[in-house]
Amino acid sequence: MAVEHTHNTEAEAVHAEQHAEHHHPTWKEYKWVALILFVITVAEVWAYYIPAFVASRAFVPSLLIMSVAKFAIVVMFYMHLKYDAKLFRALFLGPLAIAVISVIALLFLFGQISLGG
Amino acid sequence: MATAAIEHHDVPHHHTSTGLDNTKIAVWAFIGSECLFFMSLISTYLIYKGRSLVGPLPHEAWTDPATGQTFPAILNIPVTSGSTFVLLMSSLFMVLAHGAVVRGDRKYSKFWLAATALAGATFLGFQAFEFTEFVHNGLTIKRNLFGSTFFTLTGFHGAHVTAGVIWLITLLFIDVRRGLGPRDAVNVDICALYWHFVDVVWIAIFTLVYLIQ
Repeated sequence: MAVEHTHNTEAEAVHAEQHAEHHHPTWKEYKWVALILFVITVAEVWAYYIPAFVASRAFVPSLLIMSVAKFAIVVMFYMHLKYDAKLFRALFLGPLAIAVISVIALLFLFGQISLGG
Repeated sequence: MATAAIEHHDVPHHHTSTGLDNTKIAVWAFIGSECLFFMSLISTYLIYKGRSLVGPLPHEAWTDPATGQTFPAILNIPVTSGSTFVLLMSSLFMVLAHGAVVRGDRKYSKFWLAATALAGATFLGFQAFEFTEFVHNGLTIKRNLFGSTFFTLTGFHGAHVTAGVIWLITLLFIDVRRGLGPRDAVNVDICALYWHFVDVVWIAIFTLVYLIQ
């Protein structure tokens, strides 16, 4: 009986995992995602046209943060990586991490960015 | 329909050692390799940014000391913002098309697939306009480091969008001929993954190339 109970628990766990992998956002969520992407894009372009903000040290970091946010939202919801199998996440995030680290390393190497300005 | 989640329970799966669809694994691996490809182009652009010896330049006017000719700042942010908006909306159209295919709703699957392809073609139209304007304003791929890296990066992205539009039109053609249903959901899903990836690459390009001065 104990063995049967264990089997049931395992089956439920597998089912729950499969269900999580199959869950996808609703239409409402997709439309909210589109609205958020639009608002962030408007904010980016708006920031570009404020000379005082462009001249400030906050300009580049804020644009990068907004861009990363848009990137993450599309990948998580439209590409449904948030709900999909872990293998897909590894196949995407592994090369992406290598790519981002390579770009940062190259920018340091060629003197485009440096520590301490 | 308005709040229904897009489910895949009725889509048949082949038995694989991972329990996942092999085509989707291949597409995710391809997208991973594309991350490295585009990061190499983006890093090349960023490394050579600000190192052009002659204009036109992206964000500031430049006067040729030999001829006295002044070249205005070359990037047209309002036009590119428009094309960015169109591409972002195309991603929404794509998820709606995928949802319609999963439901077996042929009317809406055709409509949203056509809308996505049209949005992609519009983006390409914006890019063709931009490239033409740049050449008229003196910026060619051979002119300076900015021209070389800019045309290479955005040109390869445009080529990917072109491939995506052809893929979408192919799906639309199949939908018109025999209809796309839940059994085809994976085929539409991998096209959607590719299309969204093209979108996220543009999100990075728009910020790094167009907005950051």
